[in-house]
Amino acid sequence: MSAEKHPPKGDGLLPRDLAASWTKIGYGLGVVGVIAFLAGMFGADQARFGAAYLVGFMFTTTIALGALFFVVIQHLARAGWSVGPRRIMEWLSQGLVASAVLFVPLVILAPKVWHHWMGEHAKHDSILIKKTAYLNDTFFYIRAIVFLLTWALLAIWFYKTSREQDTSGDRTLSEKLQMAAAPSVAALGLTTTFAGFDWVMSLDPHWYSTIFGVYIFAGCLLSSHAMLSLIIVRFRRDNIGGSLLTVEHQHDVGKYLFAWVIFWAYIGFAQFMLIFYANIPEETVWFRHRWEHGWYVVSLMLFLGHFVAPFLMLISRTAKRDPKLLALSAALLLFVHWVDLYWLVMPNFDEHFHFQWVDIAGLLAPVGVTAAWLAKRVLADPAYPLKDPYIPEAIKAENL
Amino acid sequence: MADSSHDAHEDKPVLPEPENGDVWGMMGMFDTPADLYHACEELRDAGYKGLDAMTPFPVHGLEKALGLSPTRLPFFVLAGGATGLTGGVLLTWYCNWDYPLNIAGKVPFSWQVYIPIYFELTVLFSALTCFFVTWGLCKLPTFFHPTMRHKSFPRSTDDGFFVTIDATDPKYDADDTRRLLEKLGAKEVQEVHS
Repeated sequence: MSAEKHPPKGDGLLPRDLAASWTKIGYGLGVVGVIAFLAGMFGADQARFGAAYLVGFMFTTTIALGALFFVVIQHLARAGWSVGPRRIMEWLSQGLVASAVLFVPLVILAPKVWHHWMGEHAKHDSILIKKTAYLNDTFFYIRAIVFLLTWALLAIWFYKTSREQDTSGDRTLSEKLQMAAAPSVAALGLTTTFAGFDWVMSLDPHWYSTIFGVYIFAGCLLSSHAMLSLIIVRFRRDNIGGSLLTVEHQHDVGKYLFAWVIFWAYIGFAQFMLIFYANIPEETVWFRHRWEHGWYVVSLMLFLGHFVAPFLMLISRTAKRDPKLLALSAALLLFVHWVDLYWLVMPNFDEHFHFQWVDIAGLLAPVGVTAAWLAKRVLADPAYPLKDPYIPEAIKAENL
Repeated sequence: MADSSHDAHEDKPVLPEPENGDVWGMMGMFDTPADLYHACEELRDAGYKGLDAMTPFPVHGLEKALGLSPTRLPFFVLAGGATGLTGGVLLTWYCNWDYPLNIAGKVPFSWQVYIPIYFELTVLFSALTCFFVTWGLCKLPTFFHPTMRHKSFPRSTDDGFFVTIDATDPKYDADDTRRLLEKLGAKEVQEVHS
């Protein structure tokens, strides 16, 4: 109703200096990542590095996986407003291709990382014997291949089809993506859940929680929206995306981010509350590990930093529309997402909370490789869809 | 909507004009939301402050065209929610202090198990505050309003888009305001009395 809005003109490419500096950062992180990997792999305790690497691997994979979820959900709902943000998420989802490669070191380190059930002693553990139909090496690797292939192929295909539309503007491509979205969302939901069980929950193979997969899923969506918020704020500073990435779209993404903060807390508390209330030793032991010997501080930091602080920071409309406040909340959420994964993995390896340099190395290796891969893969592509049939709807987005 | 119904309410005024009522304000009617929107923008830019609009359905962005300030409702709701949360904590703490019971071996005042109660009370108090403060800020219930004296006002629930200018607005002038409204394309410009 207000001023007439027009779709952005031009080829959609990033400004040359921004693309150059991001490429430099991506490749730089890649070099740092490789060095960190070599240092951790050969200069430290391999079990500890394996655990730290698993945290880093989960960090990049959950961000990319949440991005793929976002893309698929937008097609599923035939959403019009999200054309601009969707392209950024398509970019982030390409990280799943890197994740498929980044899993290889985990295969090498597997006997040290999942040693509780992979080793010889598992054959004499009465609880684990009952679980061998699921928790055995062969089936574990088959599942891992299925998960990683499903994710990588879906990410590649959804992005490739969207890029085809940039040149052809063919409406049937959108319809094809919408048709594929429903089975894809089911496949993603199941693979994410079981990947969470396999890679993180099985670190403590006696313990189980049926909601654990949903907890990982909440982290996926929260971290990917935090990353998206940061990129949108940066793009809007240079007016990349024009009327496809206005303050209204930023506000909508901020609302999503706020919603996922609450969703994460809701799922995390749902898991905690049932175990706390029932008070069955085999279940409470998992939280006990995270409540003693210094882990108490990390648990408390998670409650305050992952829920209370971002909740209060993002609750107001002003905060979601203000680039600085939104970026600050998103950066905090990315940091605490890493703390969250660290908190899930590390107490299984270290009864006492000790932070070590190798924990940072384990984060830098997957982050660096993924950043370098993304820089090579996406930065030369248009930063927003050029001929999407929903563009006229997207530029009208407005918050009352 | 059949045209005969419009004629029906145009024929008879809803309420008679009072003998000596004070002037409440000026009203004008538009046929489309776009005309109303542009008229509101012009009036706002002309410096009028006491603007309001009545439309059959929500017109997006009209609050910006009218130059209305954002609602204060969120602050009331936040205060309501904070009251609910504090009340919940005090309630559970008092019960455990006054009459401690051993339930499932938990220590007295195990606040973790009361989080659902804190959550529900926060939501309940927020929702009720939101509901009642909305009524208050909208001055509801209002059984009579001067706008009802405009003879076509029932059309505001059908196909008429009204703008009103409050007589307390310092820029308000019976002749000038009427002229401006007519220039902007308003129909049935009428001064109503309280």
